[in-house]
Amino acid sequence: MRHDHVLTAKQFSREDIEAVLDRAADFDGPTGGTRHTNTLLGLLFFEPSTRTKMSFETAIKRLGGDTIDMGSIDSSSVSKGESLADTVRVIEGYADALVLRHPQQGAAKMASEFVDVPVINAGDGAGHHPTQTLLDLYTIRENAGLDDLSIGIMGDLKYGRTVHSLAHALATFETTQHFISPESLSLPAEVRYDLDEAGASVTEHTGLESVLPDLDVLYVTRIQRERFPDENEYRAVADEYGIDLAMLDEAKADLSIMHPLPRVDEIDPAIDDTDHATYFDQAHNGVPVRMALLDSLL
Amino acid sequence: MTDDHQLRVGKIENGTVIDHVTGGQALNVLAILDIDGSGGEEISVGMNVPSERVGRKDIVKVEGRELSQEEVDVLSLIAPDATINIVRNYDVVEKHRVERPEEVVGVLSCPNANCITTAHEPVDSRFAVLEDGVRCAYCGTLIREGFARYIEVD
Ligand SMILES: [Zn+2]
Repeated sequence: MRHDHVLTAKQFSREDIEAVLDRAADFDGPTGGTRHTNTLLGLLFFEPSTRTKMSFETAIKRLGGDTIDMGSIDSSSVSKGESLADTVRVIEGYADALVLRHPQQGAAKMASEFVDVPVINAGDGAGHHPTQTLLDLYTIRENAGLDDLSIGIMGDLKYGRTVHSLAHALATFETTQHFISPESLSLPAEVRYDLDEAGASVTEHTGLESVLPDLDVLYVTRIQRERFPDENEYRAVADEYGIDLAMLDEAKADLSIMHPLPRVDEIDPAIDDTDHATYFDQAHNGVPVRMALLDSLL
Repeated sequence: MTDDHQLRVGKIENGTVIDHVTGGQALNVLAILDIDGSGGEEISVGMNVPSERVGRKDIVKVEGRELSQEEVDVLSLIAPDATINIVRNYDVVEKHRVERPEEVVGVLSCPNANCITTAHEPVDSRFAVLEDGVRCAYCGTLIREGFARYIEVD
C-alpha cells in the first residue's frame, strides 16, 4: 500500500487491506529487526488512549525505531491555545510520521493538509479509527475469513468510530453486516449512505436474538453512560445489548466474539474461557498490524 | 416578458442580473455572494415577482460587477433555476444558467459542532456537492436540504 496518509478506512481498497494483513502475518512473532532504525514516530494524543498509544510505540520499537511524544495536552503548547495546524507543523520537523488522536472529527484530514510527513489517524472524535479497523480485519480473517462472512456489530453504532471504520472496510468484501443497536444509537446517516453507495449487504436490528444464529462474528462495542439522560435508562439499554454464556446456545459453534476493549459489562466474563472469545487476540494483533502499516508508510 | 418584470426593479447599465431565483431566496443569494452593500455597490432586489416560467421568482441586480461562472455556480444549491445575465451598456451580452459545482469552499458552515472546520483552525469549510445534497469533506456530515440555513456569515 502506498498512501501518504492514513485517514479513514474508506481510502483502503480490498487489495490495500490484503497487502497490510499479509505483511502483518510476517510480523506476528518477536520479529521486526532493524528495518527502521533512526525512524521517529511523533505521537500526538489530544485525548488519553494508553492502549492505542502503547500499541503504536511497541510497533515502531519492534521495527527498530523510536517515538517522540507530545505528552499530555495540559503540559503542552496546546493548553496555551495553539491551533492543531500549528502544532503539527512544528512536530513535523521532529518526526518521520505523525500519529494523531484528537477529539474532533476531521482533525487528521486537516492535519494532513499542513504537513508533508504521513499522518496516521488514531481516532478523530466520532469519526474514524482506521488502524483499529485493520487489526479487526486481521482478527476476522484469522478466525472466520473475510468473504462469505455474516457479522453482527452491536452497541453504540452512532458514536462508535471503530464501528464506522470497520463497516466501510467490510463493504469491500463479500460480507453481510447486521447492525444491532437501540434506535437512539443506530448507524449515522453518513455511514449508511456510504454503505448503500458501496452496494454493501446491510440489515439493521434493535435486538440480537433474531440474527445471532446466523453470525460467524459478533463485534460488541461499549455503550457509554454519558449517552443517556439517567442511570436507569442507561442500565436498561446496557443490559439489553450484552451477551452472556446462556445466549450462546443459539449461536454457531465457531462464532467468534470480538470487542475493541475496554469492555464494561457487555460481555459476560464467563465467555472469556470459551473458544468464542477473540477479544484479547484482537488486542494483541494491534502490534503486527501497525508494524505492517508503518513499514509500508515509512 | 422578462423586460417588463426587470423594469420593476430598474434596468442596470453595467453589471449582473441574477434572474429566476427561487422565490424568497434573494437575500440568501446576496449572503452567499458576500454582497451586503457595505462596499457602496448599487443593488436592486425584487422578491416574489410573478414569472411565467417558475411562478414566483426573485431577481437580484448588481450594478458595476460582473460575476464569474465560478462565483455564481454555488447559487445552484439554493436557486437551481437561476439565470445569469451579464449586462454592458444596458444590453445583455452574456446569459447562462448556474451549474452545480463539484465542491463549495467557505460557503456553508458544517452543522456538526464537533467538526474540525468549526474549531479555531486556519481551514475553510469544504463540501462535496452530491446529487442529492452536500457532504462535509472533513467530518462527512450530509446536508440534504435547507442549505440557506448553513450559509457562513463572516
Ligand atoms: Zn464537518
